[in-house]
Order: sequence, then structure tokens, then C-alpha cells
Amino acid sequence: MSSPSVVAVRSTPGERISAFVVKWGFVGVTVALILFFVITEPNFRTVDNIFGMLKFIAPTAIAGLGVMLAMTVGGIDLSVGASAGFAVSIAAWTMVIGNQVGGVAVSVVLVCGLLIGALNAFLIVIARIPDLLATLTTMFVIVGLKLIIVDGKSISSQMTLSNGTTAPGKFTADFLWLDRGSIGPVPVPVIIFLVITVLLWFLLERTRWGRALFAVGTNSEAARLSGIRVQWYRTAAYMGCGLLASVAGLLLAARIGQGDVSAGNSLLLDAVAVALVGVSVLGIGRPNAWGTALGAVLIAVMVTGFTMLGLPYYAQDFGKGIVLLIALLFSFTFSRRRTVVTAGSTTSSS
Amino acid sequence: MTSVPARPVEGRDASVVSLVGVSVAYGSNVVLTDVDLEFRAGEILALLGANGAGKSTLIKALSGANSRYTGEIRIGGAPVHLGSPVAARQQGISAVHQKVADGIVPGLTVAENLTLDDLAQASRHPLRNRRQATVDARSALATLGLDWPDSVLGQDAADLAISDAQLLVLARALRSTPQLLILDEPTSALTAAEAERLFEVLRGLRARGLSIVYVSHRFGEIEALADRVVVLRDGIVQSESVRPFEWHGILHDMLGRATDVEHDRGGTQRGTEVVAELRGVRLFPEAAPVDLEVRRGEVLGVLGLIGAGKTEIAELLGGLAKPLAGSLRLRGEDYAPRRPGDAIAAGVVLVPEDRQRQGILPGWSVLRNITLPFLRESSVAGLVRRRFERSRADTVIDTLQVVARGPEASIDDLSGGNQQKVVVGRWLSAGPTLAILDEPFRGVDIAARREIGARLAGLAADGAAAVVLSSDVDEILEVADRIVVLVGGAVELDRYADEVDRAAVIGAFLGQTVSSSPSPSSSLSPAPEPSPERPSNVQP
Repeated sequence: MSSPSVVAVRSTPGERISAFVVKWGFVGVTVALILFFVITEPNFRTVDNIFGMLKFIAPTAIAGLGVMLAMTVGGIDLSVGASAGFAVSIAAWTMVIGNQVGGVAVSVVLVCGLLIGALNAFLIVIARIPDLLATLTTMFVIVGLKLIIVDGKSISSQMTLSNGTTAPGKFTADFLWLDRGSIGPVPVPVIIFLVITVLLWFLLERTRWGRALFAVGTNSEAARLSGIRVQWYRTAAYMGCGLLASVAGLLLAARIGQGDVSAGNSLLLDAVAVALVGVSVLGIGRPNAWGTALGAVLIAVMVTGFTMLGLPYYAQDFGKGIVLLIALLFSFTFSRRRTVVTAGSTTSSS
Repeated sequence: MTSVPARPVEGRDASVVSLVGVSVAYGSNVVLTDVDLEFRAGEILALLGANGAGKSTLIKALSGANSRYTGEIRIGGAPVHLGSPVAARQQGISAVHQKVADGIVPGLTVAENLTLDDLAQASRHPLRNRRQATVDARSALATLGLDWPDSVLGQDAADLAISDAQLLVLARALRSTPQLLILDEPTSALTAAEAERLFEVLRGLRARGLSIVYVSHRFGEIEALADRVVVLRDGIVQSESVRPFEWHGILHDMLGRATDVEHDRGGTQRGTEVVAELRGVRLFPEAAPVDLEVRRGEVLGVLGLIGAGKTEIAELLGGLAKPLAGSLRLRGEDYAPRRPGDAIAAGVVLVPEDRQRQGILPGWSVLRNITLPFLRESSVAGLVRRRFERSRADTVIDTLQVVARGPEASIDDLSGGNQQKVVVGRWLSAGPTLAILDEPFRGVDIAARREIGARLAGLAADGAAAVVLSSDVDEILEVADRIVVLVGGAVELDRYADEVDRAAVIGAFLGQTVSSSPSPSSSLSPAPEPSPERPSNVQP
């Protein structure tokens, strides 16, 4: 019939409160946590500490932005931690054993990241393995490959090689600048983090490519019939994710100053958590760059605050778990909006 | 059922199950109104009706799948309440549902699938006994006169051919020795030979006194099988007839009276030069090659049932599939789109059949749903121009009178008809050369249908062409300038709308459907000659 289809939905006070909580809850929690630490810990509010926190969280945030990108096309990438770890070892190997300058190492690492992303894309798009399983497999493969390349050892400057000689190269100053440098008062990792966030926000929210990525994630069949090259966009998203994971790895390598074989191991869970928190921030209900960045900041605040309070390191994991739980409750349970978070191709609508 | 009171004898045969004033409503939406029906022993009753006529609703009530009906269901004259499918089965009513695959548990053996109902019974021993299952399975198959070897009984039921799976499901339904067996489109996945095998089984069951309800829209099968035909439309029993069936009348009852909306249109337009053509295209591997032309300035209506080849035509022109044989031409040039994007770039747009699955982006705004296919056009250097999007969306909303709070409203908040207007409108908004609409009026109310129809007429008047594919005669008569009737992948009729009347269209539709269907080996009666007058309905 031609009667108006939009029935004015009169929301009850309860519904309005829950909508408000869903929208502002996360921002509120972050602000409250910051206020709490500002009041209780005088050191917390120094400029150095603020940049220190952001610098500390930058690799996690950038890997999380990668996961977020995979989520836009309805997928997920569990290989980001392994990719970052691979990047750490490859960067060290290129400079220390290959005796190359930092610029070469950076290029090699970024190419490796793209290749890992391409491998994921191949498994998911061409071989049609479910994203969760494909990237889990990739995770094992590249962790193993990394250990084979470096003989299972951490690579450091002046290390003794298996033939008895000393390694020719070292972590060069230009490479270490990635961690230790700053532009004005702002550390380089923070700048990289913010630039990537802005670029991704712009890509996703302002360009047609971003729109197409979300269309693929929302209804790939409708996207295909609209003339969107679905497979191309899915491939691009995974390659972008691999690239961002390797950027995270570069920052880790520059921070550690050696090719630590265990680097990146803890990155995966934090990165996925940050991307999921990002979905729930402001009740947006879909992957987004600023939400992911805010999720990373929240975790940084929490970890720093916990450390200042003298809580043991394992309390941090508990705190992160609670944060993630709250985020998921906001996204799936309390939100009346459709949440399009896809992990293993499960789409939930509420 | 505990005691059986004296049976009221109402027909020639004893009625096994009867419905008295059965109605079903979902909220304020009444889908079945006051149905009186009798199901008699040793009789096959065919239930006919278009989509949404209430067939499924009736079957659900009768098989216990929907206990929220009003009125009475009587078994052997005694009122019963069928609260669940299990209860219905215990009362002697078994149903076999349309999708065979849904009735088979893959991973379990054939024998286990045959005895599946035992798993749900609390009284059964919790340990499954493979030997006993095989014995039980054998006896179940024996009711159909089947003797499958142990190797078949032991194999994964998922590996059975579809016709064997159909028999498995049927044998299982007969295990509870029902008095009434309901079959919902049992042949939809079967070949002609397989269907004939099933008919033999059904005739055998009828001879043993079983009452069978047979739902199908294949007239040939009903002609071959049924003793009585009941037509349902809009939830009301329209007619009930016995052999010999008068098919013209039955189809009229099924599809309803001709509406006079055809006169609303500004006359039938004759198309000018050919815009698109199919040359020697096979719609199915075994179908004959088809030639079809679409002309500038006309709305071509393609009428056909499911499986007639409508969607195949849409997919070929829309760049979703490649022709099995033959070629396509567009504006006189070879046209071989490799993907939908190619078709869109060539000015050919497709409104797909399944709005929810293929059309809309749930959770997105109306505006973003509208501009999705035209992102390249609405952006400069990759940057989406919001003003352009906004004006495009406003145009679509205005021309089709989409009822929404505004372009930023979520598509989820719109009614089905308005969602469809958005989907149709977005495709027409780019000024296509050829617009293909596959079942565009499904689930769409009459007002939306007219607005879409008017928009199509306008498109044709502007020198473009439109193809509407539908299984509904009245929809086609309402919108089409030229009518093509498609049956089994072949063109049965191709005429301008003012050269044919409804009866001729239905005749083309029907003549072929009856005569082309598998001719029964035990030839009960020849295909009926459509006679001009209406049938004398047994009951209104």
C-alpha cells in the first residue's frame, strides 16, 4: 500500500539510555580512565608520557588498522602478528647479515608484507579457504619460515655467524630513527601511526574505493552485481593488511634494535582486540580507522596506568580482556544497529 | 486419536481428514480464510495456487508445523489438535517437504536416515543398534516396493541421487503408516523419468487406500496423477474440480480475474530498431536455441515459470553468465560482457531477482544504496562527491515516490515495496540503454508496482528498452508492450500486447506446460483440449 512505510518509532527512555551508552560508552570509559590516572598519578599527565604511550602503542595500533582493513571486506587476518615478527627478523637480516642500509631493509620488509598479504588473498579469494583458517595457516607458515631464515636465532649487530666470522652489518642509524627520531616534540612512530589513521579514514570514508570495500563486506553479491570487482577489493584489503603489519614490524625492530625472534608474538591478540573495539566505538557498528586508533589509545592508557600503579604485567591481560568483552557487548548485545563484524564469515545482525 | 466415532459420510469416499473453517493469520495479515476441505481415502488431491496463495500455510497447519490456526481439523470425524509435526504423524498425517536435501542428514548412512525418527523418540534405547536400524530400514523401503542392497543402506545418504533421496524421504514418511500423506512439490528436482517412477509409487499407495495431497504447479503431473484439484488463491479455496479437469478455468481461478490496469497505460508501444538480441542462444544445455530481440522504445515482458529460462536470459544480458551456445548483440555489435561491470558500462543494467540477497546493502542509507553502482561516475579522482550523490538520490526518491524519511534513512527501515523502488530506481537513474528486471514485482504492493511500471514506460518513451521477466500473467499484461512466453527454455509466443488477449497468453503458457511434461506411461488420459467456457466449479 502507499501508506507511509516509516512508522515513527517512539523509543522508550530505557532504549534511549542504552543507545546513548552504546554510542558514548567507550569514549566515556577512556576519558574516565585518563582522568583517574591523571588525578592519582602526577607523572601521567606529562607531555613525555602522553607521547610515550602513543609511541608504545603505535605498532599495535598499526597492525590493528590492518586487521580493520581486512574486516571491511568481511574478513579477518590472524597472520598480522606473525607478519610483524617476520618483518623484524627480515629487517635485521638485511642490515646485519646482508650489510645493507636501513632504506633497503625497509623496502625489503614492505615488499615481504605485500607478499604475505598476497598469499593470504590467494588462499582466501582464489583457493576459497575460509579467512580464519587461511590466515591461521599463513601465521604458522611465516613464523616457521622466519625461523628457518634466521636459523632460529635472534639477529644482533656484531653477532658471530655459524662460520665463525662476525656479522658484517649493524642496525643503521637511519633505521633506528624510525623509533628514536622525532619531528618537533612528536616521536616518529606516533607520526606514522597518525598519518596511517588519517589516510585510512580518508580512504574508507571519502573515496569510492572505501565505499566499495564496505560494499563487498556488507553484501558481496550486491556489490558484484553493481559492477564492483569483488575479488580485486578483497585482494587489495589483505595486501593492505600485510603491508600495515610489516610497518608495525619495522617499528618494533627499530624499538628493539635487534632481530628478536619472539617479537610480534603478542601483537596478534592486541591488534584484533583493537580493531574489534574500534567497531563498537561511537556505536558505528562497522570497522573504522578512528575507532581502531581510539581502541589502541585506550589500551595504552590502561597499560601505562596499570604499570604506574605497580600492578603486575599479567593484570594488563586481564584488563585488555575486560575492555574487549565490554566492546563486544556494546557491538552485539546492546546495540540495536546491525553490526557487521565478520570473523570467519559470521555476520550478526541485531 | 483414541476412539473413532461414527464417520460422517459426506462424499462417495470416506473422508480421512477434514478441515472445517480453518483460518490462519499472522498478526493482522490473514493468509488463510475459512478453508473447508476433505481428504478422502484412496484419492490424490492436487493443491494448486500461485506464490503466496496460502498453499504452504495450509500444509503447515495440516502437518502440525503451525499450531496457531483457528477452526477445526478432524481426523476420522473427530476434532484433533495438531500441535507439532510429531503429533501430526502420530495422528496419521505425514508430510514430505519440498527440499529433499533438508530431509536428509549428510554423514549418516541411508539406513540411519530412514530410521531417523527413532532418534527423536525418548522411548528408544539410547544406544543405536546398527543391525536393528538396517532391519527397520528394509521394512521401510518395502512399503515402496524397494529392495536396496546393504551396500546402499550403508553408504552416506548425501551420496544418493536426488531421486533416490526423494524416495528415501518418502519411505520414511510412510513408516508411521499415515492415512494422509502430504507431498510438497516432490518433483521439483527430479527428471521426467524419475518423476514417472515416483508417480508409479504414488499410484500404488493410492490403490492401497492412502489419501494423498499433492502440491505442484506442473499441470502435466496433476493431469497424470490427480483425482481432484483444489485451487487456492489469496488464502481462499477458489474452486474444486474432479476429472476431467478443465484447465483453462483452473488457471483462471489460480491467477485471478484480469485486472483492468492494462488500460491505464497509454496504449501499446511498437519498438523501433533492435537494441539487443540473442542469437541461437541455448538457455539450458538440452534446450533448443533461442532467438530474441529487444527493441528500442518498448517494454518487453517475458513470462515463464521457474525453470523456463527467465533468470538465464537476465544473467546473460547482465554479464553474470556466458551463453552455452550462440551469441549476444547490443546495438548491432557483438556483446560479450565478462562481468556485471562490463554490462553496466555498456548501458545494460540488471535488477536482480532476489532483492535481499542480490540487491540491497542492509544497514546502509537509501542514498548509499542508490549510488553504489555509479561510484565511478559520482566521484572525481576517487573522491566521492556528496552533492552529486545527494541529487541522484533525491531524483530517485522523487520519481518513484519512495516513502522514506529521507536519503539518509537506513534502507532497513523501508517497506519491501519501497526497498524495491530504491533498487529499481537506482538502476534506471543512470539512463540505461537496456534495463532488465527479473521478477521486479515480487513482494511489492500494487501502488509500488504501478509506479515502477510507469517509470519503465517512461524509460521506453525516452528511447531506451526494458525487459521485465515474471511468472505472473497479470504483471506482464500490466507492464509489457510486447509479450514473450517462455517454456522450458523455448519461446512459445512473441506478440505485441494489443495483438493477444489474456486467454491467448495463458493458452501459450498452458498448452505447452501440459503437453511438454512427461507423458505418463500408464497414460490415464490424453492432454486436455483447452475449452473456451469456464468450468462448473464443484464448490466456490
